[in-house]
Amino acid sequence: MAYRVHAMICTCTNCISNGSLDTKRALEKAIRSHGLQTDILVVPAGASGLCVRGPILVVQPDGIFYQRLTADVVPRLVEEHFLKGRPVKSLMYVPPGEKMPIPELREIPFFKDQRLIALRNRGMIDPEKIEEYIARDGYKALEKVLTSMTSREVIEEIKTSGLRGRGGAGFPTGRKWESRATAKGTPKYVICNADEGDPGAFMDRSIIEADPHSVIEGMAIGAYAVGASRGYVYVRMEYPLAVERMIKAVAQAREHGLLGTDILGCGFDFDIEIFRGAGAFVCGETTALVLSIEGKAPEPRQRPPRTELWGKPTVINNVETWANVPPIINWGANWFAQMGTEKSKGTKVFSVAGNIHNAGLVEVPMGITLREIVYDIGGGIPNGKKLKAVQTGGPSGGFIPASLLDLPVDYERLDAAGAMMGSGGMIIIDEDSCIVDMAKYFLAFTTDESCGKCTSCREGSDVLYRILDRISRGEGEESDVDLLQDLGEAVRDASLCGLGQSLPNPVLSALRYFGDEFQAHIRDKACHAGVCKALFRYEIDKAACKGCAACKKNCSYHAIEGEPKAVHRILPEKCIKCGACFEVCPSDAVARIPGARKEALAAV
Amino acid sequence: MPKLKAGELEAIAEKGRRTMLLREGEARSKVLVHMGTCGIAAGARSVMQAFMDEVDRRDAKDVIVSISSCAGLCSREPMVTVELQGQPPVKYVDMTPEKAKRVLAEHVLGGAIVTEYALAAGSERTL
Repeated sequence: MAYRVHAMICTCTNCISNGSLDTKRALEKAIRSHGLQTDILVVPAGASGLCVRGPILVVQPDGIFYQRLTADVVPRLVEEHFLKGRPVKSLMYVPPGEKMPIPELREIPFFKDQRLIALRNRGMIDPEKIEEYIARDGYKALEKVLTSMTSREVIEEIKTSGLRGRGGAGFPTGRKWESRATAKGTPKYVICNADEGDPGAFMDRSIIEADPHSVIEGMAIGAYAVGASRGYVYVRMEYPLAVERMIKAVAQAREHGLLGTDILGCGFDFDIEIFRGAGAFVCGETTALVLSIEGKAPEPRQRPPRTELWGKPTVINNVETWANVPPIINWGANWFAQMGTEKSKGTKVFSVAGNIHNAGLVEVPMGITLREIVYDIGGGIPNGKKLKAVQTGGPSGGFIPASLLDLPVDYERLDAAGAMMGSGGMIIIDEDSCIVDMAKYFLAFTTDESCGKCTSCREGSDVLYRILDRISRGEGEESDVDLLQDLGEAVRDASLCGLGQSLPNPVLSALRYFGDEFQAHIRDKACHAGVCKALFRYEIDKAACKGCAACKKNCSYHAIEGEPKAVHRILPEKCIKCGACFEVCPSDAVARIPGARKEALAAV
Repeated sequence: MPKLKAGELEAIAEKGRRTMLLREGEARSKVLVHMGTCGIAAGARSVMQAFMDEVDRRDAKDVIVSISSCAGLCSREPMVTVELQGQPPVKYVDMTPEKAKRVLAEHVLGGAIVTEYALAAGSERTL
């Protein structure tokens, strides 16, 4: 049965939460009502990438890209485009600041500058159909290693490619495999770390949702290379769709003889079990993850000795690392190594979030600059605001100021800048965000998630948080800056695992690049971004106020007084600084003024 | 599902290849049936069906059949544009299902333009 059109509707968690399943049902209904069901196939695909514009529909073969396609506009779309051949311009993507829509996906800047390896099948296949994965060279790399390569050759290929761990630390994957291949003990294990926990990060979830077989194939190749017979996918319960698709994919792979005993008739045995984590952030740390599978309390431990599941040689790699393996085997290590920088090869998937037009999932070559990610792919900052910083690596990472926007993104350079690659979370921060407040947010997160084993992490995180909180309330002291610095370094040096060692990064990088902002909070008692409520105020400009009473009507706290047509006044003792008056004033008479009121300061 | 042996993946991949070519939008040849109101009224639907059936019957893997809107010459509908990679598009007029079969065999697959049905080669210029 041949179709002339494949309507690829994104069914990742992001698009589903925007209503893509309703859109899918509406599409099928409208297609049937026009009798087009033999011409047009609706295909559920994953990870379109431009998540903020979901639900996303891509119409192939022409590659027409529709965005924010809610169910109510579907009948018109089907009639116009599918029946009459007229693509609907009003449902297409218009780049920020422009007027003309761009019909084709491949012409849209967001997609044009990306290079897909880990996400090579996104939007191209139905993730629940193994045949479609196979039709895009799926399991070809596994067949190749089983029939024509020794495990030694596979490891050499991965080493030559320069692939490094995509979970954050960036350890060379080939070297990791090599050390376990020669280690004694059976059975050996391979583990896929899908315990993605950084706030705002969803790379691993998207890869599994869009293309679970790419991870399975990568794991099977890794297992062959190191001589492992069992594998685990450690995925958190908060990812129900990823879990469901992974379970289906593993079952299909078994049915096809691609997992289990005597894989492809080559005498190699390997199978995968899915382990659902309860969602503790620390379980993403490898020693804790292994303890969690063993059913013990997930408290990280000292390394060396190496991390071993049930005392046996174990390879643990991140989802994205595994997904990179099959293309390296298919296309060769040299093909992979030509992309990227001297020490960071290939591509990296980032989930771009925060104050940016095109929030979503991008895969870019290593060495691309932050400026290209933020402005060329991301479409810049909304509402004409200025960029303040880019936060990479989540709670383990740091703030990179706008002045370093031309920094090429690779492991070494991000480390040197005081941030880190991390697993790929990237939060874009505009001038309306307060750096003290942002640092406080991450410290609140790590305080919650610290496992509690090391005093430096457990107590250190909490004390760092409390100092930041004090500063944000206008109670900061001059000595706090040095205290934050010293304590941050102590927590970093004295903690056992990556969580504790990296949790001071948001504070330390904020101090390094935004020292002035800390000084403004501490010395001037002023939050210039207007976030820390104790450190700014709203006032009505007497000359500009026309007495329209819009502010008074919109104030839920009765904190504004004034007669109609007369100048209004904000009552500081009642004002909660919600900003409603600031938003509604038609004459721009309400001003946000940094600095606490004198009386308030006297009380402090 | 019998378990696969080495060398048997290719057969599954081959089956799905036409589907993937369509999704990648990359094909050696493309057949566009113009389906504006005028085209549909003149019978474009049966012309398109003829192309699709014929592509299926011959198991032609690198042909994409798609639709487009009114080509502007409503009196000569149904119209069809054939695009072969690296060649100017050719427009056919007054198409019927029978003519469609011949165009597919001789032009789309054979590379020889069926001049007696063709209007012209090339596209209108767009600004």
